[in-house]
Amino acid sequence: MHSIFAPVSPQAIAVTHLWWWMFGVGAFIWVLVTVLALWAVRARSGAREVDALMHVAPAAHHRAERVVSGSIFVTVLILAGFLAYDFSVGRALATHPAQALTIQVTGHQWWWDAIYEDSNPSKQVETANEIHVPVGEPVQLKLVAADVIHSFWAPNLNGKRDLIPGYASTLWFRADTAGIYRGQCAEFCGLQHAKMAFYIIAEPRAKFMAWLAAASTPPAPPTDSGLMAGRRVFMSSGCALCHTIGGTDARATIGPGLTHFKSRATLAAGTLANTRANLTRWIRDPNAIKPGVHMPAIPLSDAQLNSLVSYLETLK
Amino acid sequence: MTPDRADRADGAPLPVVLTLSESELAGDAAALDAAWRDRPGLWGWLTAVDHKSIGRRYIITAFLMFLAGGIEAALMRAQLARPENTLLGPDRYNQIFTTHGTTMMFLFAVPMMTAMGLYFVPLMVGARTVAFPRLNAFGYWTYVVGVVFLYVSLFANTGPDAGWFAYVPLSGPQYSPGHRVDVWAQVVTFTEIAALCAAVNVIVTVFKMRAPGMSLNRIPLFVWAQLVVAFMIVFAMPAVATGSTLMLATDRAVNMHWFNPAEGGDALLWQHMFWFFGHPEVYIIFLPALGMITPIVETFCRRPVFGYTAIVMANITTAFFAFGLWVHHMFATPIPELGESLFTAASMVIAIPTGVQIFCWIATMWLGRARLTVPMLFVLGFIFTFVNGGITGVMLASVAFDKQAHDTFFVVAHLHYVLLGGGVMPLFGAFYFWFPKVTGRILNATLGKVHFWLFLIGVNVTFFPMHILGLEGMPRRVYTYLAPTGWGPLNLVASIGAVTIALSVLVFLINAIRSWTHGEPAGENPWDSSGLEWAVPSPPPSYNFLHSPVVRSRHPLWDTDVELPVVTGLRTDRKEVLITSTFDAMPDSRHSSPEPSIWPAYLALCMGVVFIGSIFSPYYVLGGLGLSMIGLFGWGWQSSKRIESELVAVPNGAMVERA
Repeated sequence: MHSIFAPVSPQAIAVTHLWWWMFGVGAFIWVLVTVLALWAVRARSGAREVDALMHVAPAAHHRAERVVSGSIFVTVLILAGFLAYDFSVGRALATHPAQALTIQVTGHQWWWDAIYEDSNPSKQVETANEIHVPVGEPVQLKLVAADVIHSFWAPNLNGKRDLIPGYASTLWFRADTAGIYRGQCAEFCGLQHAKMAFYIIAEPRAKFMAWLAAASTPPAPPTDSGLMAGRRVFMSSGCALCHTIGGTDARATIGPGLTHFKSRATLAAGTLANTRANLTRWIRDPNAIKPGVHMPAIPLSDAQLNSLVSYLETLK
Repeated sequence: MTPDRADRADGAPLPVVLTLSESELAGDAAALDAAWRDRPGLWGWLTAVDHKSIGRRYIITAFLMFLAGGIEAALMRAQLARPENTLLGPDRYNQIFTTHGTTMMFLFAVPMMTAMGLYFVPLMVGARTVAFPRLNAFGYWTYVVGVVFLYVSLFANTGPDAGWFAYVPLSGPQYSPGHRVDVWAQVVTFTEIAALCAAVNVIVTVFKMRAPGMSLNRIPLFVWAQLVVAFMIVFAMPAVATGSTLMLATDRAVNMHWFNPAEGGDALLWQHMFWFFGHPEVYIIFLPALGMITPIVETFCRRPVFGYTAIVMANITTAFFAFGLWVHHMFATPIPELGESLFTAASMVIAIPTGVQIFCWIATMWLGRARLTVPMLFVLGFIFTFVNGGITGVMLASVAFDKQAHDTFFVVAHLHYVLLGGGVMPLFGAFYFWFPKVTGRILNATLGKVHFWLFLIGVNVTFFPMHILGLEGMPRRVYTYLAPTGWGPLNLVASIGAVTIALSVLVFLINAIRSWTHGEPAGENPWDSSGLEWAVPSPPPSYNFLHSPVVRSRHPLWDTDVELPVVTGLRTDRKEVLITSTFDAMPDSRHSSPEPSIWPAYLALCMGVVFIGSIFSPYYVLGGLGLSMIGLFGWGWQSSKRIESELVAVPNGAMVERA
């Protein structure tokens, strides 16, 4: 599910073809050189007598010369072939689409923020760690780093691209098969580099549009008293200092947006399944799951934690 | 590529050749040893300037660093053996993988390769010592300061943790507060100084101190490799010195903002500075290793190497192109795509000179009669392992493919195939080959074969699965991974391979320790090899050569017509070396060589105060520099007392004794 061997975009497919071609030629050369070396040793090692030092018959020397020059010539030809093929693939990859769905992806220590651009700012959708895209349509990612260098890499869709503070870069792909594709930060970015994954969810256009519409409407405020208590915990215990929940006063952007938190399948940047038990465990002590994570453990009573989790579970 | 004239013993005109009686030789030996040997005791140890004492220490220290880096690697493999393992937390893991990389690149590989040069180059070119013996000692002590500093820091839980490449801004003041990255930046500084000292020494020794008759086209190929690499060090080290010691350290210490985009700095600049050094670094490790292969192949195939000139040219070409590849470490960054294609082409072209060398060795084996001794086995192991790494290297040169494979375990596999296959395999071969020269005893061949097979299997079992892991999406530098990724089984295989490597190194250690005291005595030339280093007793006496040898071919000990001719005229009652001309190595003048001195060690300590202190306060820099003035005066004072014997030019090649 997370591999260059199952490419689903024209970009990744081109690279995988290139890989198999290079693999075939490379494996052949590897075997050939090894066999050649072993043969060169074995060919003559039977004779144990010490023959005259330095003596090389001119004919043998000339034959060796021809073989060595020939090998070098073949090496140059193969490399030229590699080079031409690589350039042609590179050219194809470098052609950007005229129009594309544009998503700004920001790398944070240690999660991903995604903003779906829209000319109407109020219609912009912001989510985290799980990026929905329509199948068969070009998608352009604008990549920026919030703190240190990260690298965005979903191997089934395209090669990686670094997110470097002070630079903006772009990456595009077209997912031709519906599916859920895992990706992970590929540039060492500190303590939790290992647990900074994301998912790209490619779905048919109708389903995608439905998701987008749902994502741009804030969830209805709770009416149940238990859930309202949970919301109070969120607003007053420090959660709101870092997280956004649409339609409320919580608008901080230090941590992932939680407006439609429960619509996501995973927690903590692809680390845990988004279940009630995991969420409780995560809020109680984030450091036990991702040591070094910037989210603090906030001391809450069991009742407070319980109502907070109940509230978050409603953010569909 | 016809056999060169320099292969035969009828080259350039000879200097005066003398044959001496046995009694003359014995008398000279005693006098020379009195003049050249280091002093006894602890003080003698601290003041030693004999290139062999320093070289031996250097090799042993670097090998200890190989063991330390290996233990770190084993810890990482233990942590990664199964998903979500908790043996090492991310904090400790990051310190360990950073220290592993820093140790292996800066404290093992480069120092080991330069150390082999510092020990063997004078013996191979027929010189009494290196050009600057005290500088040599200074370089070693500086390196030791760096070694001690890194490991004290690691055990104090302040080991560097931003990777051996220390990318900003992660390594900058904002994201790496505390002193961990400072430790890294200064450890690198010590290695840079040590490497530059070694490089200058090798260049001058090779250019000015070769035995008479060893014209440029007769220099042994190991020495050629060392010479080329010395030039590479001179060009590569300043880039990382500027980057780490000047820019990163001042960014961290006094907020210079070189790399801070918010203040007009540039985060990508660091990557350019680092890799402009970092890529040539690979060849600084690799070329000397290739240089070790040639004498092994020649000796055990009993043939002069096929294509001497081609191999020399391949070395120089490699060195040249090595400086045009650094951007292939940065293909995933936002740099112009057209520019990237230049670096793709250069990265592929560099495979050609390496191919030339490998084809030449295979031709040599084919023309000769190979004996499958342990060093030869390591050469074959080198070809098998390194060619794999070379091919994946060519794959990674492709921008399109690299964007998939970059920063994954595929690259981890590639670089370990290249460095273990291309660096460590030849090095182990060289250990078996030259151990008799250094210690006077031969390493046990049976244990050697066990070592070889365990190592070959271990390397391949450890690193081959990593290719697949990388293509299946496993990034580098992760302290753990989740079970559903499916990376568990191959990681377990890799960890089992790591145990095999550890076992093989253990076998080697046991062999080395036992053979050092109990091994079969070697004699001067146990392999019937051709280089000048085999013309002296094993271990070599303090003065190396009783009389400066005269070289008439590329294979002085294989010239069967006469005993190795010598020139005389160097004083025996004090240290004197013979200076020869750069191209033809005709005798030029005599020069004195310095006595043992404490100032190199003292100055290295002062450098320790300057650079380690700079982490804490600028006043340490001033204090350390002040203290080092005393050392510089001491050093200069010794020199001025020493140079009372004037240089004697010898126009016609005959040496003139002048009291």
